Amino acid sequence: MLEIKDLYVNYGAVEAIKGISFYVKPGEIVTLIGANGAGKTTTLHTISGLVKAKSGSITYNGTDLLKTEPSKMISLGIAHVPEGRHVFPEMTVEENLEMGAYSGKDKGVIEASMKDVFEKFPRLLERRRQLAGTLSGGEQQMLAVGRALMGKPGIILMDEPSMGLSPILVKEVFSIIQEIHAAGITVLLNEQNAKMALSIADRAYVLETGTISISGDAKELLQDERVKKAYLGQ
Amino acid sequence: MSIFIQSLINGLNQGAIYALIALGYTMVYGILRMINFAHGDFIMVGAYTLFYTVPMMVNHGMPAWLAVFVAIVVCVIVGVLVERIAYKPVRNSGSISALITALAMSLFLENLAMVLFGGNPKTISKIFDLPMIELLGAKIQVKYLLTLGIGLVIMVALTLFVRMTKIGKAMRAVPQDREAATIVGINVDRIITVTFAIGSALAAVAALMYCSTYPRATTDMGTMMGIKAFIAAVLGGIGIIPGAMLGGILIGLIEIFVKVYLAPGWYEAITYAILIVVLLIKPSGILGKNVSEKV
Repeated sequence: MLEIKDLYVNYGAVEAIKGISFYVKPGEIVTLIGANGAGKTTTLHTISGLVKAKSGSITYNGTDLLKTEPSKMISLGIAHVPEGRHVFPEMTVEENLEMGAYSGKDKGVIEASMKDVFEKFPRLLERRRQLAGTLSGGEQQMLAVGRALMGKPGIILMDEPSMGLSPILVKEVFSIIQEIHAAGITVLLNEQNAKMALSIADRAYVLETGTISISGDAKELLQDERVKKAYLGQ
Repeated sequence: MSIFIQSLINGLNQGAIYALIALGYTMVYGILRMINFAHGDFIMVGAYTLFYTVPMMVNHGMPAWLAVFVAIVVCVIVGVLVERIAYKPVRNSGSISALITALAMSLFLENLAMVLFGGNPKTISKIFDLPMIELLGAKIQVKYLLTLGIGLVIMVALTLFVRMTKIGKAMRAVPQDREAATIVGINVDRIITVTFAIGSALAAVAALMYCSTYPRATTDMGTMMGIKAFIAAVLGGIGIIPGAMLGGILIGLIEIFVKVYLAPGWYEAITYAILIVVLLIKPSGILGKNVSEKV
């Protein structure tokens, strides 16, 4: 279980996160929704160790993540699909996936995971020798997800996976998230597309300028008047 | 004709030495987007190490060139320490800070050498005992061919290392996206250390080849050679391994041919003029890709 307690994060003098607490249980899809600048990305970055916390605690299955080297997170089972995909543009699709298994030792296991990823994303198989920088946005998103899966994670942190994609691709991305979840991987999802996120999530937290303003069952939040007004455009 | 062939071989020898040094610049630039101006001084560290260790090898009945392994160890230690102590703390402070720190490290190493070894040049004992051969009427030093051969082997080995091995691929991934490299589990600090270690080891090999041609160690020897090799790296396309080799060989050939056929005093002016012309036509260097800086 991933547990965040009373977390504070500063960017210089700016308080980005002001004392948030939440948890993600194994097997759940939990979504953080909220406007730009609410602190969603900062939260995921702090879990991954890319940003240092000011105070509070983050634990994953009992391990103190605030004391863990960022490059060790994947070995603990925490994968991150960053906002804007962040694939390695000058490397081939195949090399990108290999990098995803960087912490893995067993060649056989790595080959098997790559086969799984290619089965899930046939487009990536077609383009395995192509440089990642030449892929379309949707393909890059699939590659970023595939790369995360190569690390055999227990939980995937997904940051705005639908950003910049066409409505058809957005649907595809969300069905991929559900597939991943069905395969037994826990998902923590940052989304601006609140409607889609709430429709697939178990639970949700609404972030507003660094604090959690609303939390609860995702289906209930879909009906919540405040959420409807602020995030669902109804 | 024989003068031409002799000049060609001399130029290739000189060029291979520049190329070995340029490879060090290019490796570090490729990963950190930073010019390690102290890299030339690593050659000086290697040369002084050879000054002390070559006689030791000979006294123990071993081939003199084995001293290069001691030089590699010393240069790697110096290179990694310079990175850890001086460069790492300013890594995220912008390129000007990194540049100034590198220049300061260069001056520091030279002055430290002055204190440790004194201002007088040291003459290094003979390293290779190789014959001259005759090729098309020209007398050619076999050790020059050896330098060229070593340069080519190292270039091919480095290219394969970066393409095929896990650490090599991580070395390519880090400059493309440091954040993504971290989240897939690459320890960026460790990759940077490995890069400096490789660059410094190349400097030690370059010192061996240089000292077998010019057997003198001086405290400022790294500066001039460093600048030439840096130019070679830029000329070939900095950050690109074959570019460093090509740039080094070209500069070596240009120098020797200008000395022999045009005017001995003009070789540096002409080398720099060629650099300027190439950069005006193709700013990213001969093998460089013309990409705009990422925002």
